[in-house]
Amino acid sequence: MVQFNLPANSKVKKGQYYKDNTGSKNIRKVNVYRWDPSKNENPRIDTYEVDMDNCSSKVLDILNKIKNEIDPSIAYRRSCAHGVCGSCAMNMNGKNGLACTKAHSELEGDIDIYPLPHLKVLKDLIGDLSTLYKQYESVEPWLKTTKKNDKENIQSKEDRAKLDGFYECIMCACCSTSCPSYWWNGEKYLGPAVLLQAYRWIIDSRDEDRKERLKKVADELKLYRCHTILNCTNACPKGLNPAKAIAEIKKMLATA
Amino acid sequence: MNAYKIIDHEYDVVVLGAGGSGLRAAVGLSEAGLKTACVSKVFPTRSHTSAAQGGISAALGNMGEDDWRWHMYDTVKGADWLGDQDSIEYLCKEAPAAVLELEKYGVPFSRTEDGKIYQRPFGGMTKNYGNETVQRTCAAADRTGHAILHTLYGQALKHNTEFFIEYFALDLIMKDGACKGIIAWNLNDGTIHRFRSHITIIATGGYGKVYYSATSAHTCTGDGNAMALRAGLPLQDMEFVQFHPTGIYGHGTLISEGVRGEGGYLVNSKGERFMERYAPNAKDLASRDVVSRSIAVEINEGRGIGKEQDHVHLHIDHLDPKVIDERLPGISEASKLFANVDVTKEPIPVVPTVHYNMGGIPTNYKAEVLTVNGSEKTVPGLMAIGEAACVSVHGANRLGSNSLIDLVVFGRAAAKRAAELVKPGMKHDEIVKSETDRCLERFDSLRNSEGSNPTSELRLSMQKTMQSKCAVFRSEKTLKEGVDEIRKPYDGMDSLSVKDKSLIFNTDLVETLEFDNLIRQAITTMDSAYNRKESRGAHAREDFPKRDDENFMQHTLSWCNGSKTKISYRPVHRSTLTNDVQYFPPQERVY
Repeated sequence: MVQFNLPANSKVKKGQYYKDNTGSKNIRKVNVYRWDPSKNENPRIDTYEVDMDNCSSKVLDILNKIKNEIDPSIAYRRSCAHGVCGSCAMNMNGKNGLACTKAHSELEGDIDIYPLPHLKVLKDLIGDLSTLYKQYESVEPWLKTTKKNDKENIQSKEDRAKLDGFYECIMCACCSTSCPSYWWNGEKYLGPAVLLQAYRWIIDSRDEDRKERLKKVADELKLYRCHTILNCTNACPKGLNPAKAIAEIKKMLATA
Repeated sequence: MNAYKIIDHEYDVVVLGAGGSGLRAAVGLSEAGLKTACVSKVFPTRSHTSAAQGGISAALGNMGEDDWRWHMYDTVKGADWLGDQDSIEYLCKEAPAAVLELEKYGVPFSRTEDGKIYQRPFGGMTKNYGNETVQRTCAAADRTGHAILHTLYGQALKHNTEFFIEYFALDLIMKDGACKGIIAWNLNDGTIHRFRSHITIIATGGYGKVYYSATSAHTCTGDGNAMALRAGLPLQDMEFVQFHPTGIYGHGTLISEGVRGEGGYLVNSKGERFMERYAPNAKDLASRDVVSRSIAVEINEGRGIGKEQDHVHLHIDHLDPKVIDERLPGISEASKLFANVDVTKEPIPVVPTVHYNMGGIPTNYKAEVLTVNGSEKTVPGLMAIGEAACVSVHGANRLGSNSLIDLVVFGRAAAKRAAELVKPGMKHDEIVKSETDRCLERFDSLRNSEGSNPTSELRLSMQKTMQSKCAVFRSEKTLKEGVDEIRKPYDGMDSLSVKDKSLIFNTDLVETLEFDNLIRQAITTMDSAYNRKESRGAHAREDFPKRDDENFMQHTLSWCNGSKTKISYRPVHRSTLTNDVQYFPPQERVY
């Protein structure tokens, strides 16, 4: 049998335990992944006992409570707090989502909070999304048209409706980081988030570069590493369907 | 300060912030061939522009006759005559071209039957100088800000703007009253960066987080405003804080004015459509200060809803579910998530919630920062745009959908003006070491705070004071108490506690720096409010219920050094920019 050994410094150790000091009867244990790049230590799981009687409804509220009242050193991204900016994407009880829209009542048992899977961790819950951002840039996310006039482009309601379900993407990366193909080939496979963005421009009736756009993604690695696992669609906190976008691109290429 | 490794950069222009205005400026600057850096503490699409819902105003006339002069009149009136009419003329006249430009960039606007940009009614937007409601607010469903922000980021990529993402700016570099660049901290690797630039454009947004309950993002901490204060520059009209009438009760999430634009209405505990009493003509589409005050009165007089009688209901359950699905999908989602309400069946519980800062860094219509030294003077090398700026087009109260248009019109204006002032490759001034040290000393001393007051406690105390003493209705008593109380969290910084001493993604320190920025703005807001003894727009004094044009048709300027402020005034510009339109003299403001 082949033996697999993880490098010693990738083993996640047991970290600190922060006992409740409020005397609350309604306690929940929250396990949070911690890693500090400035210390030469392994990642660890810190456990916080959180008083749920004085905590609002979302997972982000728990994190804010921990940061404000228990341990200010915990690091995570957060901004809008209502699911439009995409900052607080993370893995909660094994599933990717936005901490600001995920109700903790929907999570059973102790709560485990990890960074998005398979990203290089920068600190604690903050993952490195720079590769995904470069891939986004590579699909040239801007309208290409040669028309020059003072009026707006005319677009029928029907053509505009084709963008629904795709333009709403907030680039939180929940989908791409839940995709096993993206885990394996994240450098080369564009992944669901970026392919959904590519599709949004491909089907925009105002865009004159459809053929070129399709040609650019028609690549064994960039596109065809999608094996229709559908984790992406399952993960999207906005209810979008990246798998459908990818299937549509494949269909357009097959019938072109 | 030698312990910090400093990395130097030289750019023709540095844009600070990557929201709607910062990105629009960056696009224009890159197009003009200027070497441009865009520095932001968050990835551009995380900026708070993404939260704008209802739309962007411009007199396109796609849904019936419209005229930019009508838009101008509405804006002047909405501003309760505190806006500078030269800037307002510029805004409204340039608006249609700016929106068409966004469409060409690729913004997925909703469409009319004939394929043009869809426009919806919005508060205070009228036809023919106040006569009837007009459809002027261009919308991409109820996700207009998100659509614009993502599109502008795409344009910036197209034009190869250089981004410095997750860099937290510390301070402006000043020399002889001119701005020479900025110092920033790279959160990704902990290094310190010095950007030398001929022009620095502050586009850092508002400071809603001085309040406890706000629709603002956690990141809305007005960092650029605080940098201006530390550079010895004044902020303008800080007492004018907009309460949005409809934040979700208990959570503060924004419910767009577009909801009322599409036919939604407010009711009190008696089931009465109370806005009919306060604004017989515009009703639920009166301007935001009027609607927020009306809700506050209903609640204060015991007609609020719920156990505590502390909110009202917003109904859209009478609308066709198809219309809701097409035009208001985002608010359906938000209502479900944060109020557990199915908007097709139940009303949304709402309450006025802090939403927007009319005040900010004073500028002229070219986005050049102004200060007063005897008379109005521009500050060389410094511009401000977007919510951080006070142009002032919104005066004492901003109309809904005028903020998104402000971002792109003045973002564009700033780029144009910078291209006139700077030629590519001009030589940079030397920066004296003492100036860099000044910026880093504050950073270093906050980082090494070993006291007993956690940042979160001081911040909470500031937020609660602002919420209770500087709210929708204000009085001599509450403001006097506020002026005293708001200095306590500032003094608390003498014994500040920062636990994390590291430099990579030290969010404990980021929040501390943000608090240091917030508290200065909280102080200037409270002191400015205390000193304005009249009611105008969003500033409602119970003890001075009338507008006082004789004494207060003036912009407040407030300087802040430590916790000490200096308040002074400058006259509102009482003329238009061109002869295309006449000056609108002050009138009584009724809706």
